[in-house]
Amino acid sequence: MTPEQLSQIGADEAAARASAPQRLYVCMAAGCISSSSDAVKKSLEAAVAERGLKGTCPVTGVGCMGLCSRGPLVSAEPAGILYQDVSPGDAGEIVQSLSGEPVARLQCSRDLPFFKRQVGVVLENSGRIDPERLEDYVAAQGYEGLVQALTEMSPAEVIEQVSRSGLRGRGGAGYPTGLKWSTVAKAQAATKYVVCNADEGDPGAFMDRSVLESDPQRVLEGMIIAGYAVGASRGYIYVRAEYPLAITRLNVAIRQAKHHGLLGTQIANTEFAFDIELRLGAGAFVCGEETALIASIEGGRGTPRPRPPYPAQAGLYGAPTLINNVETFANIPAIIRKGGDWYAAMGTARSKGTKVFALTGKINCTGLIEVPMGMSLREIIFEVGGGVPEGRKFKAVQTGGPSGGCIPEQFLDMPVDYDSLAQAGSIMGSGGMIVMDDSSCMVDVAKYFMEFCMSESCGKCIPCRAGTAQMYDLLAKISEGRAGMGDLEMLENLCDMVKNTSLCGLGQSAPNPVLSTLRYFRDEYLAHIQEKRCPAGVCAIKQEANA
Amino acid sequence: MNPAAPDVKTLRIDGVDVSARADQTVLEAAREKGLSIPTLCHLDGLSDVGACRLCLVEVKGTSKLMPACVTRVEEGMEVTTQSDRLLKYRRMILELLFAERNHVCSVCVANGHCDLQWLGQAHGLTHVQFPYRYPKLSVDASHMRFAVDHNRCILCTRCVRVCDEVEGAHTWDVMGRGIESSVITDLQQPWGESDTCTSCGKCVQVCPTGALFEKGRARSVVKDRDFLPYLAMMREGKR
Amino acid sequence: MSKVRLATVWLDGCSGCHMSFLDMDERLLDLAGRIELVYSPLVDYKEYPENVDVVLVEGSISSEEDLHKIKKIRERSKILVSLGDCAVTGNVPAMRNAFKTGDVLRRVYVENVSVPSPTPNQVVPALLPRVCPVHEVVPVDVFVPGCPPSADTIFFTLTELVEGRRPDLTGRTRFGA
Ligand SMILES: Cc1cc2nc3c(=O)[nH]c(=O)nc-3n(C[C@H](O)[C@H](O)[C@H](O)COP(=O)(O)O)c2cc1C
Ligand code: SF4
Ligand code: SF4
Ligand code: SF4
Ligand code: FES
Repeated sequence: MTPEQLSQIGADEAAARASAPQRLYVCMAAGCISSSSDAVKKSLEAAVAERGLKGTCPVTGVGCMGLCSRGPLVSAEPAGILYQDVSPGDAGEIVQSLSGEPVARLQCSRDLPFFKRQVGVVLENSGRIDPERLEDYVAAQGYEGLVQALTEMSPAEVIEQVSRSGLRGRGGAGYPTGLKWSTVAKAQAATKYVVCNADEGDPGAFMDRSVLESDPQRVLEGMIIAGYAVGASRGYIYVRAEYPLAITRLNVAIRQAKHHGLLGTQIANTEFAFDIELRLGAGAFVCGEETALIASIEGGRGTPRPRPPYPAQAGLYGAPTLINNVETFANIPAIIRKGGDWYAAMGTARSKGTKVFALTGKINCTGLIEVPMGMSLREIIFEVGGGVPEGRKFKAVQTGGPSGGCIPEQFLDMPVDYDSLAQAGSIMGSGGMIVMDDSSCMVDVAKYFMEFCMSESCGKCIPCRAGTAQMYDLLAKISEGRAGMGDLEMLENLCDMVKNTSLCGLGQSAPNPVLSTLRYFRDEYLAHIQEKRCPAGVCAIKQEANA
Repeated sequence: MNPAAPDVKTLRIDGVDVSARADQTVLEAAREKGLSIPTLCHLDGLSDVGACRLCLVEVKGTSKLMPACVTRVEEGMEVTTQSDRLLKYRRMILELLFAERNHVCSVCVANGHCDLQWLGQAHGLTHVQFPYRYPKLSVDASHMRFAVDHNRCILCTRCVRVCDEVEGAHTWDVMGRGIESSVITDLQQPWGESDTCTSCGKCVQVCPTGALFEKGRARSVVKDRDFLPYLAMMREGKR
Repeated sequence: MSKVRLATVWLDGCSGCHMSFLDMDERLLDLAGRIELVYSPLVDYKEYPENVDVVLVEGSISSEEDLHKIKKIRERSKILVSLGDCAVTGNVPAMRNAFKTGDVLRRVYVENVSVPSPTPNQVVPALLPRVCPVHEVVPVDVFVPGCPPSADTIFFTLTELVEGRRPDLTGRTRFGA
């Protein structure tokens, strides 16, 4: 496809939209589908047909609109009226209202800070385009970045823009993306690979799933640009098999991109060729670790191996391999289109751009948000997220999943960026935020995450395999009121040892939830140990323990 | 001073000046100098996996501990192989192993020539601070000549590697995750029914503990592992 | 100098450690001048005395009785020595831990006997669900692994203790020695 053909698709699409004065968008991402948005879509279609509006008011399935807890969500465009908790029975009323006043009963205000405070880069199209139509993506400036990169920029110039943007990897560790790209670009090898890490396995995280379900073409575009920049001609997306909808949409997206000459050979009429294949993971958390992921793509057992060599030096099949997270790739098209400086203008000194977070737990607006880096936790939780429900008291927020930590109230005004979170004893991780109120017991929380790490440990190295099991047993002992102070000391010793001696990030960070809760909520541990009491009333203290 | 040849690196290990080929590991360089670093998963002649973490050493300039068996020597490197911290971690690793499965040395076929046992002794381990886990594990004695006792397995994967890399049979592999991991023969068939096992006995020889042993001996003889570097050397020579 | 008040205790073990103790032979006479044996299965005292300086504990904690005894022993002794693998690791007695107590008793008293006899539930103390080494129940001061520790090891341990030093057993003994 030539640049001219691309703009033609965009123009045709715009014309088609103009001919339909009204449109109804129904969220068809996993969150809303789980509350039967597909049935809502069917009845809306029926209601539209009944009133003979089929030509003038198409009903379109779109990606995630963010406020997952209020699903199914429907929006009436171009007015932008948002309806929440829609049931199939509401369809007639909604279609009727298109020519009059909105249905007040179902309306969800767009003036909520939840919407107002967000900045869409990765999610700019989310909830606004049909993820199964390439034309929709193109109409929203999709693939402009790719065509620009291929026709106007050298690979080095592409990397230059990525470096200037200050983008850091969104998969957890926050490694500078530009630096990683240039390492792979500099590697001398006939074959190189680009791998997209879509294994997302942290409990409470669904950022990557949502991006793939809502705007899959964006991830493909990011990967193709990366392939051009580093000199690779083949890419893999490693996605967990538990994400069937994301897989379907990726397959559709790949097929459409190939059909339009944006993937395969002679991309955008240039000499550049790039192909993308899906690889399904069986849902082991450790397969998100890059070396384990590579082993799994190769058909081996998904266990990490020591680094160096890093994948950028010797990765998939021994070739230099660029491996980035879904959200990292999803940032790329906008960075190329608008320039690295535009991106770098958002965020803080060392954490640029925006970040997608999955808000869950004891928070009013459960769902997916994208905000500039550096927004404070208080703003995210109490403004965007609408605060803690039922008038209960905020206690802590868990970030970074099983590798992260719990951040207490006194840090609420801290800006959310890589460095501040690390200083507070947690990590950015992939963007999961689990809010806890005073009904949570921090020993119980630590035990939950340790159980996760214990069962997800690959078993290769001793500290993680046997250490997490011992730590879990100790936490269980503490929570049941059977532990003494010696057990706490043993737990702290194990945390130190497992953190410093484990082979991969899973083991190295498995003690974090324990360490951070010990740092800020030591009194709760002591209450379980010395007073045989669970202050939050969560843990079942064994009767004989009191004797 | 002679400028070092390009493929030779000079480094300091425990204050001793050491020179090594660029493709050597810290472990190899140290051992050639007679400096000892404890290992369990490493075995001369097999690929390294860096799994047991006993060989972790301190390298000046990084706060991360590095596994000596997979860390290449570098010019000017300063390595510490013995420190209070390393000793503490190594002890804890050994203790975790003793507590993980059922090690009853007094009635074990490997008593007296077991790597785990003597490493424990060498590290002054007089008891295990962690609670013993006492998992219920099986013994597979279906093979005509050999048996595997999972109670004694430390999951070093030496058997897996020797069978794959040296014998070429790949009878052994690892199944399961975390604390539930286990070595298996073929697709978890009884060893005696394995189609791929050639009964060469290499796995038995490389096993550091009493997990793999030859039947019919009250106490296994001292295992012979010298054949491995020899085999590796001969094969390289042929290439 | 007053004599060191020594006790030796036999919990769930095979008495091999006590045999090894006796194996010190004539060295026992050396020790005798500096030690007063205040309690032991080798002599006939009924009640564990107060103010014991050093106690050698053989055997693991396997029954309610062992548990009861070891707590009293700990209270009344200054230095508690876990002697031998059963006390230090649980050793052979702990091999039953992978099984349920009921299954173990059935195996012993029902399945494996030629003349069936009832499973004892009187006089004999009840088994604990899980056999454990001494230090999982009470603090232990000195660990002497070995099955059994050699007479030399025991002699070294006792001489050091009598001299008021903590014995360093590194390299002298090991599990299963
Ligand atoms: C246990 C473990 C699990 C991980 N899981 C993921 C994951 O699900 N998705 C991901 O993108 N990165 C994951 N990572 C990080 C990857 O190893 C790697 O750093 C990342 O994919 C690099 O991409 P980025 O530079 O774009 O962040 C995980 C790391 C560890 C140690
Ligand atoms: S740290 Fe855990 S997950 Fe990572 S290699 Fe070791 S056992 Fe496997
Ligand atoms: S394998 Fe080694 S450590 Fe384990 S019981 Fe046998 S001799 Fe002891
Ligand atoms: S059977 Fe022996 S060689 Fe194989 S993993 Fe277990 S301990 Fe290692
Ligand atoms: S010998 Fe290096 S990690 Fe095991």
